[in-house]
Amino acid sequence: MSNVASEKMLEFKDVDVFYGPIQALRQVSMHINKGEIVSLIGSNGAGKSTLLMSIFGQPRASAGQIIYCGQEITKKSAHFVASNGIAQSPEGRRVFPDMTVEENLLMGTIPIGMAHADEDIQHMFNLFPRLKERRNQRSSTMSGGEQQMLAIARALMSRPRLLLLDEPSLGLAPIIVKQIFSILKDVSGTGMTIFLVEQNANHALKLSDRGYVMVNGQIRMTGTGQELLVNPEVRDAYLGGH
Amino acid sequence: MDIVLQQLVNGLTLGSVYGLIAVGYTMVYGIIGMINFAHGDVYMVSAYITAIVLALLSFFGIHSFPVVILFTLLLTIIITGVYGWTIERVAYRPLRNSTRLAPLISAIGMSLILQNYVQIAQGARSQGVPTLLDGTLRMHIGDGYVQLTYMKVFILVAAFSGMGILTYIIQKTTLGRMCRATQQDRKMASILGINTDRIISYVFVIGAAMAALAGVLITLDYGSFDFFVGFVIGVKAFTAAVLGGIGSLPGAMLGGVILGLAESLFSGLVNTDYKDVFAFGLLVTILIFRPSGLLGKPAVEKV
Ligand SMILES: Nc1ncnc2c1ncn2[C@@H]1O[C@H](COP(=O)(O)OP(=O)(O)OP(=O)(O)O)[C@@H](O)[C@H]1O
Ligand SMILES: [Mg+2]
Repeated sequence: MSNVASEKMLEFKDVDVFYGPIQALRQVSMHINKGEIVSLIGSNGAGKSTLLMSIFGQPRASAGQIIYCGQEITKKSAHFVASNGIAQSPEGRRVFPDMTVEENLLMGTIPIGMAHADEDIQHMFNLFPRLKERRNQRSSTMSGGEQQMLAIARALMSRPRLLLLDEPSLGLAPIIVKQIFSILKDVSGTGMTIFLVEQNANHALKLSDRGYVMVNGQIRMTGTGQELLVNPEVRDAYLGGH
Repeated sequence: MDIVLQQLVNGLTLGSVYGLIAVGYTMVYGIIGMINFAHGDVYMVSAYITAIVLALLSFFGIHSFPVVILFTLLLTIIITGVYGWTIERVAYRPLRNSTRLAPLISAIGMSLILQNYVQIAQGARSQGVPTLLDGTLRMHIGDGYVQLTYMKVFILVAAFSGMGILTYIIQKTTLGRMCRATQQDRKMASILGINTDRIISYVFVIGAAMAALAGVLITLDYGSFDFFVGFVIGVKAFTAAVLGGIGSLPGAMLGGVILGLAESLFSGLVNTDYKDVFAFGLLVTILIFRPSGLLGKPAVEKV
């Protein structure tokens, strides 16, 4: 966006990641500017979730650099990265199964402490009224979609500077997907930077300032959301259009 | 009737102490999926620390029971906590990403080290501490009565308070939530900003502190101990943890109490010599019908 100073918030420089002998990321270079919404699309097994997790060093990059707000975090621990303002709603949701909805939300406050906890929980209940109804329910007994909302809300609870979302629309009804994307637009308006991995490429690219396309662990293409939306190659592969 | 009541009270006392020690097994298992084989020896060490603290207090001329008990509890719990922390540092953390068998062996090693170190430092003979609290509480029920030494009353109160405080910490505080999060999904916990290595250390310290509470109580009550006392009571507490469902905190406490009650009732009503046989028989029976213990969850493969 033109009104956002293009200051880099997160940058990958030639990052390689391996799972044992399997190379999952190859020489990945990309960046996210402050205040942007950036999406990453790619087919199954392309390495999108790996890229998100490598920010937390799980798995750790074996070559290259990951830089966050001017500081190299390639070799930092996951809790250090989280404490410095990056939150993730991960693939598979990973809500704590034996905790209630409210306790799960509280787990999001670890990096910033409990000072805003009550206020922020109320805010999450406004965004996701479903969670309010279930506040004392054990999260393992919630539906997949409810768990997805909880994972996103938990990530928001740390008031992150950079929010990472791995397929936030997965398993959600179309109407809820719409809501989630509109919530993302709202939080982005408050200055939060968002990095989005999505199968739902149409939605994601429409919302995004920029996007990256990943194939086999490499960044294949990049451009503004609009450019990628109309790109024939992208349309064929990820938008189901002909 | 009296004897049943009497044995129930005795069993509750014994069981509360088993519960305290079982907590250490169950919490460590819950968070790293391994049995801390040195835990019984942590208990044993706490008995020696109790004796040393008591000797020191007496040397400085402090004899008032509340002061003595307070200092003994405090110092023993803190010092034993340091032992728990050290065991994790030495025997577990360096092996965090190795095979599951490696820390098992290093923990057995740790157990041997503690036993031998205490034996060398303190001698192999059994030692004793003086009686601090005399007197007996007698409650008349109908035309009979149940009696309980003041020391046992103190054990009951202290042990259940200890378990109550721990339950509160785990259920209601941020530290407790961080422990549970680390137990349920360590990787996610770290992504949320929890230093999971530190939490694992805390869990070892908490387990050791609870064992130390048990150590002080039993040592004061029983009076004598040697470098091998950790073994039998460790096995019993481990049994209690399995009975209640290993990994479950309320399970460990419940398991301890049930085991204590079973043992006391059996030895009071049937036969003292076979009380352990009965206790383990009970364990086997319960595991046949509930393989994951009373409050445990069915085992799922940890990833
Ligand atoms: N723990 C692991 N061990 C070994 N290989 C792994 C592991 N996790 C992922 N991989 C491999 O790394 C590659 C990238 O996986 P990743 O999960 O990053 O893909 P993705 O783009 O998120 O796919 P999807 O859209 O299906 O979520 C895949 O080939 C996958 O098989
Ligand atoms: Mg993925």
